[in-house]
Amino acid sequence: MILPAYAVTLAGYVGLAAIVAIGLVLLTGVAGQTSFGQASFVGLAAYATALLPDVMPGAPPLLGLLAGLVLTGAVAWALGLITARLSGHFLALCSVAWGISFYSLFGTLPGLHGFNGIGGIPPLGLGPFSAADPAVNVAVIWAAVLLALLGARNLLGSRTGRALRTLAAERDMAESMGIATVRLARAVFVLAALLAALSGFLFAHFQRFISPTPFGLTASMEYLFMVILGGAAHLPGAILGAVLVVVLREELTDWVPRLTGATGSYEAMAFSLVVILFLQRAPAGLWPWLVRRSPAVRRAPAPKQQAMPPPATTPHTGVVLEVAGISKRFGGLMANNAVSFAVGAAEIVALIGPNGAGKSTLFDIVSGQQRPTAGTVRLFGRVLGHLPARRIAALGLARTFQHVRLLGGMSVRDNIALGAHLAGRAGMLRAILRLDRAEEARLLAIAEAAAARVGLAEMLDLPADSLPLGQQRVVEIARALCLGPRLLLLDEPAAGLRHQEKQALAALLRQLRAEGMAVLLVEHDMGFVMDLADRVVVMDFGQKIAAGPPAAVQRDRAVQEAYLGGVA
Amino acid sequence: MTLFVFLALLQDGLATGAIYLLLAVGLLIVFSVTRVIFVPQGDLLAFATLTVAQLEAGQVPGTLWLLDGLALAAVLAEAYRGRRPRVLAFWLLFPAAVTAATLWGPRAAPLLAVPLGLAVVTPLGPLLWRFAFRPVSDAPVLTLLILAMALHFVLAGIGMVLFGADGATVAPLSGATLMLGPLAVSGQSLAILVVAAILVGALRWFFGATLAGKALRAAASDRLGARLVGIDAADSGARAFALAAFVAALSGVLIGAATPIAYDTGFEISLKGFVAAIIGGLASYPAAAAGAILVGVLESLGSFWASAWRDVIVFALLIPALALLSLRAAGRK
Repeated sequence: MILPAYAVTLAGYVGLAAIVAIGLVLLTGVAGQTSFGQASFVGLAAYATALLPDVMPGAPPLLGLLAGLVLTGAVAWALGLITARLSGHFLALCSVAWGISFYSLFGTLPGLHGFNGIGGIPPLGLGPFSAADPAVNVAVIWAAVLLALLGARNLLGSRTGRALRTLAAERDMAESMGIATVRLARAVFVLAALLAALSGFLFAHFQRFISPTPFGLTASMEYLFMVILGGAAHLPGAILGAVLVVVLREELTDWVPRLTGATGSYEAMAFSLVVILFLQRAPAGLWPWLVRRSPAVRRAPAPKQQAMPPPATTPHTGVVLEVAGISKRFGGLMANNAVSFAVGAAEIVALIGPNGAGKSTLFDIVSGQQRPTAGTVRLFGRVLGHLPARRIAALGLARTFQHVRLLGGMSVRDNIALGAHLAGRAGMLRAILRLDRAEEARLLAIAEAAAARVGLAEMLDLPADSLPLGQQRVVEIARALCLGPRLLLLDEPAAGLRHQEKQALAALLRQLRAEGMAVLLVEHDMGFVMDLADRVVVMDFGQKIAAGPPAAVQRDRAVQEAYLGGVA
Repeated sequence: MTLFVFLALLQDGLATGAIYLLLAVGLLIVFSVTRVIFVPQGDLLAFATLTVAQLEAGQVPGTLWLLDGLALAAVLAEAYRGRRPRVLAFWLLFPAAVTAATLWGPRAAPLLAVPLGLAVVTPLGPLLWRFAFRPVSDAPVLTLLILAMALHFVLAGIGMVLFGADGATVAPLSGATLMLGPLAVSGQSLAILVVAAILVGALRWFFGATLAGKALRAAASDRLGARLVGIDAADSGARAFALAAFVAALSGVLIGAATPIAYDTGFEISLKGFVAAIIGGLASYPAAAAGAILVGVLESLGSFWASAWRDVIVFALLIPALALLSLRAAGRK
């Protein structure tokens, strides 16, 4: 009976590690943030669990879970608060520092029994039921693993899950879809910490003895290694990585001294070498490789949604956008110099000018990505001031980008549905508990209606980066339409489109205009612009040099000079 | 605490702070040129102390074989790819010369041990770049950081194999003691400050006045632009790593005279360099300098009041620094 006992213990440790790794998949693989301090969260909860009987004699063990979750959640929230606005490597570096600090605190704080640790922790129990038998305990651990896996899967297939995927590389785009990225980044960080805390609670009751050692930096690195080896962006990869690392670690501690006669712990070194090779040769990890090699798993087709128009909007009447004396200076470069113009409801205005004239900068200022050095922007009669991009989006402004900003691996449907973010309200908790299905169906229906409108209905299930560039721009337009905007900003929407596609796009824009939408577009295709626009604003070297109906602008001497470099 | 004790601690803190400053400068150079957060810098620091200590004891340091092995692997890999003969010649001849000087020269001589140690450890920087980072030099900062952490664990393991778990010290550059009234100023502290000042001055000159330095600055400010005007990104990376490794090795020799350094001590020392660099926002050299001195002095005072809490106090410094940076980021948006 020696082997089964060993196997049961191993299964317990694998499960405990997998719970932490699932949190790291969400944090690192999906949201693109890294923590080298997850083990210290495990430790916080484990210590809270172990010390509970001292603080509150006779308290039921489940109270330890609550104490661990609250303590860890609060610490993670505070740590997230100070790093959330900084780029990802600050969080990661900071996590090294707190990983070491907590480890040293566990060892030195009076009352924690130093490196001797705390023993005699009772087994898990609830009322008359007690999990003193390791096999029962392991079953509880794996039930927790499955619950965590299920919750994480639910989260990823939701409104919040889509938004989470933007955090890694497309935060600006996400903000202009109305997503509060800073808050979301902090939320996923706390969620990963809470999963670590759950593991810590179970760890304390499983091992029934804790000391600072398993909560140090090396342990944190091992959690990260699990995720990288298994496949950072895939939930099953967390389990696979946990199995690999835990089993290998046990075997290595057993075999390395026997083979080399060396003492000391070389597992960390061996893992690190493997991880370096993986990061260089197979950054996606093992899971995608396994899936590719196994017979294709067919995904059930998404249930047919009742098509639904984008959120109804009451078109604004009168002046929609008023740009007054906008200047933007980058060091010595004047990107915009006292530019003024206005866009009215049910009007298509084209912003044209040579490359570097300052058109995209102006777009960024209007949509809140950048702040002007001087001047004011008035949208729907309201002065924007320092309003962040996501609030401007909520007012009814949607935009596309000159350089396409889609999440390449995600389906066209999910990419478009990012635009419907503001049409839903379900947050992390509702997503994890699957209480968001009605709302999710509604959001997807909005996305599909927008796709149908721009002619992408057949391509909803394709990964966005499999489309030609011109079509990807159209995906961006559909995403913008999902916001139900009253003002649509399009940055070079016709670039890369074929003739017929351009005509279809022009027809769509005319129809939107007929419905009362205001459109401001930057475009270099003069035929497209002159046919479509009601008015044209011409910029050169940051200044407005002409404005008026297309025909008048085409005759303007200053415009001809800017485009042709002087008139003979 | 008397004024006397305070001044003694301040002197210690300034010297350690100067070391953190050197490390912070090395980190900033590597980060701005390659976007790698050079965690293994601390391991190179420990390698340098332990290498020089073994040389002074008349032993042949294991790092020499590490250098030879990596250099040979680099030569084979580059020859296979048909790279420039000058590069190949350097990586053949330089390690050969260092090996010969170590094996048959009077390696324990005080004038030889330190230069030899630096010559063994410094080339490890570009070699690590060559094998660990260059293959993925376009990867996101976070991937490079994870790789750097993994590399730290590999080097710590190698350090354990080569040097064992015991710490070692090296001979001080100066054993003199200067009496300033009742205060004994150690020659080593002064030597550290002087060497740090010279090195910072030399780096200023290098980046301000030499073509190689300007090319590195160009690579740091705009990688693509630098590539377009013919500055090789791989070469810039190798140079930045060489500079950082040299700075780390020198720091190891300086700090190793006062503090015993073991294979795993370097990591925490370099982390404190990070704290200084983060206080400088990973961007500004003068701010990093102020941060480094602050970290050194606080650590020194902390070890007097509550030695068990020393590291916690230093890392807690990060919190206000990050909060400040965070506020600044919020204000800029």
